[in-house]
Amino acid sequence: MMENQIDQELLEKIADMLGKPVGSFNIRKDSSCADRQSTENIQITDKTDGKSGIEIRIKDGTVGEKCHIPVIITKSGVEEMVYNDFFIGENCDVEIVAGCGIHNCGDQDSRHDGVHTFYVGKNSKVKYTEKHYGGGDGRGGKIMNPETVVYLEEGAFLQMESTQIRGVDSTKRNTKIVCGKGAEAVITERLLTHGNQTAISDMEIVLDGQDAKGRVISRSVAQEESEQVFYPRMVGNAASFGHVQCDSIIMGNAKIKSIPAVIANCPEAQLVHEAAIGKIAGEQLLKLQTLGLTEEEAEDCILKGFLA
Amino acid sequence: MLELRSVGYTVHEGDTKLDILKDISLTIDDHKLVVFTGPNGGGKTTLAKIIMGLVNPTSGRIIWNGQDITGLGITERARLGISYGFQQPPRFKGLTVRDLLTLASGDEKMSKDRCCQYLTKVGLCANDYLDREVDVSLSGGEVKRIEIASILARNSQLMIFDEPEAGIDLWSFARLTETFEQIHRTGSATMIIISHQERIISLADEVIVVGDGSIRHRGSAADILPQILADTLGGCPVLTKGGADL
Repeated sequence: MMENQIDQELLEKIADMLGKPVGSFNIRKDSSCADRQSTENIQITDKTDGKSGIEIRIKDGTVGEKCHIPVIITKSGVEEMVYNDFFIGENCDVEIVAGCGIHNCGDQDSRHDGVHTFYVGKNSKVKYTEKHYGGGDGRGGKIMNPETVVYLEEGAFLQMESTQIRGVDSTKRNTKIVCGKGAEAVITERLLTHGNQTAISDMEIVLDGQDAKGRVISRSVAQEESEQVFYPRMVGNAASFGHVQCDSIIMGNAKIKSIPAVIANCPEAQLVHEAAIGKIAGEQLLKLQTLGLTEEEAEDCILKGFLA
Repeated sequence: MLELRSVGYTVHEGDTKLDILKDISLTIDDHKLVVFTGPNGGGKTTLAKIIMGLVNPTSGRIIWNGQDITGLGITERARLGISYGFQQPPRFKGLTVRDLLTLASGDEKMSKDRCCQYLTKVGLCANDYLDREVDVSLSGGEVKRIEIASILARNSQLMIFDEPEAGIDLWSFARLTETFEQIHRTGSATMIIISHQERIISLADEVIVVGDGSIRHRGSAADILPQILADTLGGCPVLTKGGADL
């Protein structure tokens, strides 16, 4: 278990960890396993196919357990490609906390590319949280390219909350969720970019089974010179319901492209998308100023609420 | 005490000069309930906004509790005890009703019970609303009532309400007037209310009729209400001239 202050700060930011977590966990630091703990119901093992990463196997009927699998990089010049596979049994109700934090004080780029693949069994509920954060005052980039692929079997439910807190210079995020019969996915993405950062988020929710449901809520703030591109797609292959909602606040000289798509391959599919980009409304700032906040405090309050 | 000395507000549109407010002077003593009323476009809201600092006057001075606040911004005036309930309040994606009430009160640990008290005064149930975002999912009337609750939570020395009755149903309106009456009776704040409602006007210590950028009349509700009603019931001059018999 790491003890230094940078490690602790990163782990708290990305996984709300204060000390050793309760239950199962795997902490990856600078491309190797720093600590790991399995439980009777959640087994974590190295991958056996030669790829870097872990396999997490959760027994049928596991309820109320958490699994923390944060990744931190504290050295400049570390580049890694990691594959984590999750096999979640039937009738589970579990929470998985991932996240990546890079502290780069050097001149070389540090990069984490991670592919998380979930197989969620029948009638299981999964809450999956991932947070991304970059810190350190080096000139080297903090780069994160997360890929999340989820297969939901009949009646399964996924609540995914993905947040880019700040400090990530470049990110390409790929998310694909396939919902079987009666399965439901609720994806919330929150993303902040600043400086010269770039973010691309490509997301596809495939409603494959009858009565599948999908919902995407994307909220982003682009500040200064940063650029963001969103491609959320909802595909209805059966009698299903899907909703995509993208809202962005644009500031400074930032640029945002939001290109949502709804694709119906079945006449019974009901799909809706909404997208909006705009700056903070002047009346919002004025209202909060009348409550005693300065203009800067009002702006912070609006952004904090928007990304909360 | 609030004092306006020869306040004017002029705007220029091309070569045309428009006097929105002309040489307005008035004094409002502490704990008074004053209603600004008058025709649409007469300058009531601009006058109220000038007091809050939302609009800067082009002439005149504003004195609050003996301090000249003409050059102060909105935040500073808010911190000196002035608050303002907007006629059309903005919505906030991500900020909940609880967030707004907490910000308004300045008490980060405000209890649910206290939030509930403020919401009840505007006819809303805390259980249904506290955790809801103040966004487009709320109706205009709901947002308006939350706006008024935020002013009650702010509990400032001077409360300005711009047409609080607009968009509010009859039942909530009755509850709202009771709240204004109670604040007035207990002397806990000075209130300026922009209103056209007879029920609110009748609560006022003083009614100020603003029209065409000037104070047209001022006096007690008992004196002013009959004049307003007479003006209102005067009928349409075009129809009257044409001898229409309706």
